Amino acid sequence: MEQLLDILRDLHPETDFETETRLVDGGILASFDIVMLITRIEEAFDVVIPAKDIVPEHFNSAKALYALITKIAEQDD
Amino acid sequence: MKTALELLNQQAQIRPDRPMFTDETETLTFSDVAARSDRLGSALVRRGASREPVLVFMKRSGAMIAAFFGVWKANCFYVPVDAEMGEARIRSILDRVRPRFAITDDSANTLLSACGFTGDALDAESLLKEPVDPAALETAAKSLLDSDPAYLVFTSGSTGAPKGVVGVHRAVLDYADQITKTLRADETDVFGMQAPLYVDACLKEILSALKCGSGVVLVPKRLFMTPVPLVEFLNAHRITALCWVVPALTLISALHTFDAVVPAFLRTVAFGSEVMPPKQLRIWREHVNARYLNLYGPTECTGMSCFYEVDRDFPDGARIPIGHAFDNTEIFLIDENGKRASEGEIYIRGTAVCHGYYRDPERTKAAFVQNPLNSDYPETLYRTGDLGRINERGELEFLGRRDDQIKHMGHRIELGELEAAARTVDGVNAACAVFDREKSLLGLVYTGAAERSALLLALRAKLPEYLLPKRTAQVKSLPLTENGKTDRKAATLLLYR
Repeated sequence: MEQLLDILRDLHPETDFETETRLVDGGILASFDIVMLITRIEEAFDVVIPAKDIVPEHFNSAKALYALITKIAEQDD
Repeated sequence: MKTALELLNQQAQIRPDRPMFTDETETLTFSDVAARSDRLGSALVRRGASREPVLVFMKRSGAMIAAFFGVWKANCFYVPVDAEMGEARIRSILDRVRPRFAITDDSANTLLSACGFTGDALDAESLLKEPVDPAALETAAKSLLDSDPAYLVFTSGSTGAPKGVVGVHRAVLDYADQITKTLRADETDVFGMQAPLYVDACLKEILSALKCGSGVVLVPKRLFMTPVPLVEFLNAHRITALCWVVPALTLISALHTFDAVVPAFLRTVAFGSEVMPPKQLRIWREHVNARYLNLYGPTECTGMSCFYEVDRDFPDGARIPIGHAFDNTEIFLIDENGKRASEGEIYIRGTAVCHGYYRDPERTKAAFVQNPLNSDYPETLYRTGDLGRINERGELEFLGRRDDQIKHMGHRIELGELEAAARTVDGVNAACAVFDREKSLLGLVYTGAAERSALLLALRAKLPEYLLPKRTAQVKSLPLTENGKTDRKAATLLLYR
């Protein structure tokens, strides 16, 4: 989780990612941020995030995003 | 034909019930749009507006585009504004233009007064309840010349103050011919519009509708974060043509979207504003059988100026050409000695060249210059500041910039604008904006006591999203070159310390 928070803070240091639950709906993540974010996650966690999972409910909070990464990593094993 | 309004009136006769603009709240047919613009134009004339800039500050919608036409019908020129431009940009536009009138909706009024607007804010919905005044519209149409301004569109300026490009009616009409020929637009096309309405990029779709009767669906901005719902949206609306900035297309191709869903109706995919990575283009071409067009052109020359239709594969790292100039436009390259060359600065001449920058003679003089190849009579053309070369196939290629202007997230950015905004934040003494091309990352190196998060929050309130730095570094002093200027290259390295 700390690794994910670092990636997110690197994109938007002004946001409190531990509590924020409207990253997408609240407009905190910008339109084209998502490509950079996913590329960094895929490199850091050695996973491939399927395009169908790139929807607001998985990206609105760091917690939800971490749950997604964990789920994908487990399926890969 | 003097203005594109005549195209609107023709289309409203030919296909009154064809959907022209579809957004999240409504669909406006060609006759709806013509009728709305008549009412808005009449209402503006009634209030004494004439040959002046009228601010249009509304939610991105078909209604906003109809308001543009309404402004034209009153023989005025529109100045498009959107909340996402940020308060600093909107303020500096108001300072420069000082418009007497603004057409607005609910989404705009609070921000508009917060930005210091003192003119008449006219609610679009209320204006639409007022009657049409055919005699007033006819008088306005007669007094309008094709050399009159059609719009003011603002682009980033290096000293912090954005530049207001004065678009011209006859250039818009010419662009309608050239862009629709290039896109091969027709009445069966439905465009999925990504561009915001405060840039000239949106003219591609608007003019295809006006000239050819194409439909335009405004793709909601929030979909450009979720590639699968985005492509599903394109399919649900049977979108046949896209004119998108490169990051919007690579959002789809880079995130494995085609494994889940593929656009089913696309015939034309045009891109521009930034360099398309060959790898991403390859992914698109493997999955979607369409014409692919690389477009290039500065706002100062009314939309796009040249195009290349992709006819071959490009290895990674290769440059995709920008091709050849549109008909009725000439592009040539001038080297350091002021001579025509096969590599040099890109100059553009033709009807497309706009009138210059609004209330800005100095910056106008620097960019709108006498044709260096013509000493016989006055002939103004536009000096782009872009560098190009002609390749061995005779195609034009874009090489980069002469100065600190960059292209980022589809927008033109002067690093000076970010620096100027940063210096106004409490606790910032000096600032240097940098762009890491390899990572496509905008950064800011600064001196002063300001905390990183406070600085970013302050900038967020002042600047459009695409001008916000993605990385910052707080330093004791900025690195300098031997000449005592800020050393951007050295500053870029400080970002990653």
